[in-house]
Amino acid sequence: MEKRVTFPSSWLPYLLVAPQIAITVVFFFWPASQAIFQSVLQEDAFGLSSKFVGLDNFERVFDDPTYLSSFKITVVFSIAVSVVSLSIGLLFAVMADRVIRGAGLYKTFLVWPYAVAPAVAGVLWGFLFNPTVGVISAWLKSAGYNWNYLVNGDQALFLLTLATSWNRVPYNFLFFLAGLQSIPKSLIEAAAIDGAGPGRRFWDIAFPLLSPTAFFLMVVTTVYTFFDTFGAVHAVTGGGPAKATEILVFKVYNDSFRALDLGGSAAQSVVLMVIVIGLTFVQFKYIERKVHY
Amino acid sequence: MIENRPWVTFLSHAVLVLGVLAVAFPVWITFVASTHDQATMLSGVAPLWPGKHMIENYRIVLSTGLGAANAAPPVGLMLMNSMIMALSIAIGKITISIIAAYAVVYFRFRFRMFFFWMIFVTLMLPVEVRILPTFKVVSDLNLLNSYLGITVPLIASATATFLFRQFFLTVPDELAEAARIDGAGPMRFFWDVLLPLSRTSIAALFVIQFIYGWNQYLWPLLITTDEAYYTVVMGISRLVNVVDAAAKWNLVMATTILALIPPVVVVVAMQRQFVKGLVETEK
Repeated sequence: MEKRVTFPSSWLPYLLVAPQIAITVVFFFWPASQAIFQSVLQEDAFGLSSKFVGLDNFERVFDDPTYLSSFKITVVFSIAVSVVSLSIGLLFAVMADRVIRGAGLYKTFLVWPYAVAPAVAGVLWGFLFNPTVGVISAWLKSAGYNWNYLVNGDQALFLLTLATSWNRVPYNFLFFLAGLQSIPKSLIEAAAIDGAGPGRRFWDIAFPLLSPTAFFLMVVTTVYTFFDTFGAVHAVTGGGPAKATEILVFKVYNDSFRALDLGGSAAQSVVLMVIVIGLTFVQFKYIERKVHY
Repeated sequence: MIENRPWVTFLSHAVLVLGVLAVAFPVWITFVASTHDQATMLSGVAPLWPGKHMIENYRIVLSTGLGAANAAPPVGLMLMNSMIMALSIAIGKITISIIAAYAVVYFRFRFRMFFFWMIFVTLMLPVEVRILPTFKVVSDLNLLNSYLGITVPLIASATATFLFRQFFLTVPDELAEAARIDGAGPMRFFWDVLLPLSRTSIAALFVIQFIYGWNQYLWPLLITTDEAYYTVVMGISRLVNVVDAAAKWNLVMATTILALIPPVVVVVAMQRQFVKGLVETEK
């Protein structure tokens, strides 16, 4: 789509895009190209000289069992967050779509956790589940369950899943609610006249019509858990215990600033870039289809 | 309402009320912890009902912090840094995006689509995938430990530029035509016609970007080593990591509450703009 009416000007438009382009070049393109460049180089121990090593860094990364396990953890984490936050978001949306009285109030009281930073959400849930002072961990202990996320890796990942899902439910809730409200009332009414109860109407009408929304939310949630949960991991578990919650972004951070492995961390950055590009592509592909839908 | 099924309606309300309570539970426990003294927190499991030390705890945290041993400045200072960061990012992003979108939509110039695609591609390069090289750029520019360093690299935004472009394309051509016939130049048209029309989009974007800026974690963690520039969201992690030794849970939790209040207030107070911004930035 293009504008029919435009302004003639030789230098003004360049001036207007200049700030955005300058920041983009200096802080996006330059570092990204540096990452790609570094990923095919190897520096010597003193950082004095570097030589071209082709895809060695990538091979090294993919041969590294800790990288593969970090990959697996990230995938498990993002599937868990998707399942939990989408199903709870959908449940709330279906219920909020039904009620008439207090609908606005419920919405306000369900939506606010979106505003809480991932790191802060992690601290809130970490406090509830703290092995010594946590309220929920005390309940678990009195029920005979041995809870200590500082020692047990699965429990640590469970805790992060809970905190991240809590953060993401509002987003999924709002999109599901909008999806439900855009379903034509005539469809629902026709089904009701044919004798379909609320449960039947949900599974046979609302649920299939919501599937594009659900797919979109799954992609967004995956991107979110891959790239935006660093704060929660760093603040709550620090990647531990024994690297059990070391997600990919955390590993890049760790290898860059602690292990100082330039080639390896650059190769990891490039892998992450490929993942983002892939996911963004899927997301846009979906949006194109939504237009026809 | 299609039919009257009191039980289903009752069930819906029950689920929603339980949901609201479950969602609020962690914040309630955190708030309660922030109103007790240290002795209570040391005596075992965190309490469920508020104590009497709320004002005292918040006063300590805001003015003096948790003490020198914990390596974090007073929360008042960190809150101010967070506010500076959130506002600069929100306002900066909106400003540079709106003028870039204006240029792309209302002018025909060489490399127009090239610039547009350049901005588009930044969507695929979040900070998280280029941590080390971006850090190096900022350090080469001598921007470590400065407000410029923690804000400027984050204010380029493809989503905001798209949103404004999308909106400008819906503005009737007649307005620009009328402005031209009346002899208004491009900047006059921008200020007097386009900007007032964009008010709701700007407000929607502001809410989303304010939250984005306030909640930044990785970036300030990399860029700031000087306490004077710590933001509250990243500062908390330093407190948490030393708290088990010091057992000052009450003070850490007061800090946590202070860190989450500003963005939550923005979302609740501007809920309509928030929902609009959320839906539109994802298009």
